[in-house]
Amino acid sequence: MNGRLYKRRKTSFPLLEINVLEANEQQLLEISQETSIGLNLKEMKAVQEYFMKRKRNPTDIELQTIGQSWSEHCIHKTFKGRIKIDGKEIDSLFKTYISKATKKINPNWCFSVFEDNAGIVHFDEDYGIAIKVETHNHPSAVEPFGGAATGVGGVIRDVLGVWADPIACMDVLGFGPLNYMYERIPSGIKHPKYVYMGVVAGIGSYGNNMGIPTVNGAIYFDESYVGNVVVYCGCIGLLPLKKFRSNAKQGDIIVLAGGKTGRDGIHGVTFASAELTEKSEEVSRPAVQIANPIEEEKLKRAVIEIRDLELASAITDLGGGGLSSAVGETARRFGCGAIVELEKTPLKYPGLAPWEIYVSESQERMLLAVPPKNVDQVLENFEKEDVEATAIGKYTTDKVLRIYYKGEKIAELDIPLLFKPPKITRVAEYKPPNFEEPRFSEPENLTETLLQLLSAPNIASKEDVIRTYDHEVKGNTVLKPLHGEYGGPNDAAVIKPLVDSWRGIAVSCGMNPNYGKIDVYWMAASVIDEAIRNNVAVGGRRIALLDNFTWGNPEKPEKLGSLLKACEACYDLATAFGTPFISGKDSLYNESPLGPVTPTLLITALGIVPDIRSTVSMDIKAPDNSVYIVGQTLKELGGSEYFKLRGFLGKTVPKVRPNQAGKIFKVITKAADLGLIETCHDLSEGGLAVAAAEMAFAGGYGMELDLRNVPCKDCNRNDFTLFSESNSRFLVEVSEEARENFKDLMKGNVYAEIGRVTKTSRLCIYGLNGEVAVDASIDNLLTSWKRTLSNGV
Amino acid sequence: MKREEIKVCVLRVGGTNCDTETKRAFDELGVQTEVVHVNEMVKRRNLLEYNALVFPGGFSHGDYVRAGAIWAKLILAKLHKELKTFVYENRPILGICNGFQVLVEAGLLPGFDNISPYPKAALATNFPPGYNCRWIYIKHENNEKCIFTRKIPKGKILRMPVAHSQGRFIFTKEKEKQHLNRLYENDQLVFRYCDKNGEYAEGRFPTNPNGSFHDIVGICNPEGTIFGLMPHPERAFYWWQQPDWTRQAQMPQYGDGKPIFESLIEYLLKKF
Repeated sequence: MNGRLYKRRKTSFPLLEINVLEANEQQLLEISQETSIGLNLKEMKAVQEYFMKRKRNPTDIELQTIGQSWSEHCIHKTFKGRIKIDGKEIDSLFKTYISKATKKINPNWCFSVFEDNAGIVHFDEDYGIAIKVETHNHPSAVEPFGGAATGVGGVIRDVLGVWADPIACMDVLGFGPLNYMYERIPSGIKHPKYVYMGVVAGIGSYGNNMGIPTVNGAIYFDESYVGNVVVYCGCIGLLPLKKFRSNAKQGDIIVLAGGKTGRDGIHGVTFASAELTEKSEEVSRPAVQIANPIEEEKLKRAVIEIRDLELASAITDLGGGGLSSAVGETARRFGCGAIVELEKTPLKYPGLAPWEIYVSESQERMLLAVPPKNVDQVLENFEKEDVEATAIGKYTTDKVLRIYYKGEKIAELDIPLLFKPPKITRVAEYKPPNFEEPRFSEPENLTETLLQLLSAPNIASKEDVIRTYDHEVKGNTVLKPLHGEYGGPNDAAVIKPLVDSWRGIAVSCGMNPNYGKIDVYWMAASVIDEAIRNNVAVGGRRIALLDNFTWGNPEKPEKLGSLLKACEACYDLATAFGTPFISGKDSLYNESPLGPVTPTLLITALGIVPDIRSTVSMDIKAPDNSVYIVGQTLKELGGSEYFKLRGFLGKTVPKVRPNQAGKIFKVITKAADLGLIETCHDLSEGGLAVAAAEMAFAGGYGMELDLRNVPCKDCNRNDFTLFSESNSRFLVEVSEEARENFKDLMKGNVYAEIGRVTKTSRLCIYGLNGEVAVDASIDNLLTSWKRTLSNGV
Repeated sequence: MKREEIKVCVLRVGGTNCDTETKRAFDELGVQTEVVHVNEMVKRRNLLEYNALVFPGGFSHGDYVRAGAIWAKLILAKLHKELKTFVYENRPILGICNGFQVLVEAGLLPGFDNISPYPKAALATNFPPGYNCRWIYIKHENNEKCIFTRKIPKGKILRMPVAHSQGRFIFTKEKEKQHLNRLYENDQLVFRYCDKNGEYAEGRFPTNPNGSFHDIVGICNPEGTIFGLMPHPERAFYWWQQPDWTRQAQMPQYGDGKPIFESLIEYLLKKF
């Protein structure tokens, strides 16, 4: 470190003053790098200008506070910044696409969206559902177990941070192929199998220990995830809406509760806002926090008790940026300033510099604003649960943050400064890659192809992972991730959260990075369709969406361009379906020495099931029932699992036709409500053949289907008809008694009866020429589907 | 005593997480149920005001050391006198999952000589290792000693979910046979893992989900008043909790877990 730039203040504790006033451009960048605050020159100059006006140099804690607040992770510069593309300028992706969709739909059942730690929608008249999905990719790449566990812990606190009692978790993961060759792994990157085992164990450990069921999820395998693991952690909570408090005011006491503060998780946000390098492990290991789910379990109990007693005026969690974010954000939200007496923070061990205390991301901590008269009672409630809680400061009238340490003022910053980083303008470009449709002849043995597809990692059963998560704790899981005796893959999970009500919550997801390799717009559209149709399949409706982006470095124009395309699709599809976005999170800079992550959009759908007794599962129920396909099949195999199996990517990626799709979603919901359908399963990876196989082995019966009856455009081949992944399609089972009513209801939609359920225990599909195209025993299908992960791939 | 006079204490500590649904099962049956934190119990010293005590599932104290070990020692250290009286008066104690682990670690089960100073059995790490959440079948083996299963006919096959990573019931190897004989002599064996047709698992995974010795699911003490089991009857209480309710034409109103709670209450109604 350059001695001229840093001056030790004469205090009994470590405190540096940093000479930004006299620093030249190069030195400003040096400071940014040496203090690991990750600001660029423009931002450092803004810092310099701020302190010029105040005629003094910043302390280390001031500089760190600004660095944390201005990080991509905290302020989402990319989503809120300006973007130039094709001569146009877009001011904020977030406002232009995501929140604009919600505004346009303007539903009256949204309680709080995009404002708090989690989105809140109405459940019934009295209760709200809070939901949040977080990304925890960077920490999980460096330390898979800890990274994933703290990802779960963090998202649970997000839900707790809107006074909601966490009732279910969802986890969607992306790994490199588990059989990836060791020789190809560059230094600093961990083998996908190691990452996979650590991440899965970390998620299970946290959710199970806290007693929150993990009810839904997905696992994807893609080469680009070798260097950039994808970890999405989601949580749903329930809260009595009249107990929601978010009205702190000056004079309210700042109470810090939960775990002690240590050096774990310093600069987590800066680390998450940069690319991973060979040295990430060495340099950034301290950026990953340490998880203690039992601490959070106790914290949760106390917080819910304090909520019910209405003792606090506001709450937020300590996540990225630690105290610096939590104090700053609450002060801004309530138009206050804050005084913090930092030495009051309970520490894991002595020796932390004040700035380390202030930015540490140690886990299991919450911040509460408490009116002075309630402070004792709040502290007592924490003590009852064996949770440490301390008053560390208070909110003030002016909009200034003042931090003291042992009586010495060590920071004085204007709150608005923390939320107004210099606005960035980035350049984006988008050229959809031009691929060709592969040419190959139809395989002779399509039964073998189907068995291979069922074993493809992205289709194969994830039972080995799912069973390590407790999906039953709380005893409210109505529709479980694995259905019935054979563990069929349900499309969505259904929870019944209240003792005295039949009303349920349906949660589902959609993700398909492979489509994005061909066209990012249609990938985004497809995954929105997938998340919704999964939800609709079990009986969900009044659907709200969450968006989670995992993208590469947005400073590269083509990455930003594809991000913009995905956002466009988000707006178009959300408005077309009337499904608002209520929360989201992005993780950018997912690049490693092996290259960037393939753009990965996760859409989570949250629906309501008015009466869980009409929930529909995916296992076929009884012989002789009719099987219908609903929705149009097209020759859309670009990015499909079938093409992948043959070694192709292809060109014609599935599109979404929102008008038809929306009608189909409505009519399926109607059919379920009228009790006309026994079974419903969505068609996704592997198309009609895979969906039919799953329904058959989950129900323990065979099926006889005829491809000649499938409504299909240009599907002149059996393989295309069987494996096309066209969106907005369902297979449904209808009993003899319901048949006529079902057909009446379906009038005007694309649908057809394609066969029936049989007693034979075989899936038999006749081809376009009436020949037997697929014939396999359901045992054989089930074994193929189950073997992949249990063999460790 | 009357049903509405019965007071059940569902005890909890940091890491307990199945208390709410356990209380819900008792609530449904019309008895008074209270979830009480151990700290609160130590302060109030009123354990003997309750007619039955339940240790619910979870990860008490994070299950550090061994599952249930820390909570067991805490209870013995802080509530020893009351607990002893509770046991001697034959007031029922139920341990579910982590609660079973606590009862074994506390020396209350198998309880060959009342409260043993050292655990006589263990709930060891599953084999195959790892957390496992699934529905399994169990067969009722008890000849009416166990007061928690008197409403269940002997030989009946029940279905419940397990969710744990340390549920392999074992005795020390050299005393395995001797202890098993005692379990049979005293009628302490309550449930064994079996398949849906009632064939014993004989250690086969996943029919026996944890590698438990002799397919043991749960046992009671020689008096039949203390009972521990690994599966979760509170998660098999209502019909809609069952894993395949959507395919059953006629669904019973309740699941197989209910008779356990009912038997306990019936015992209290008759005995006290």
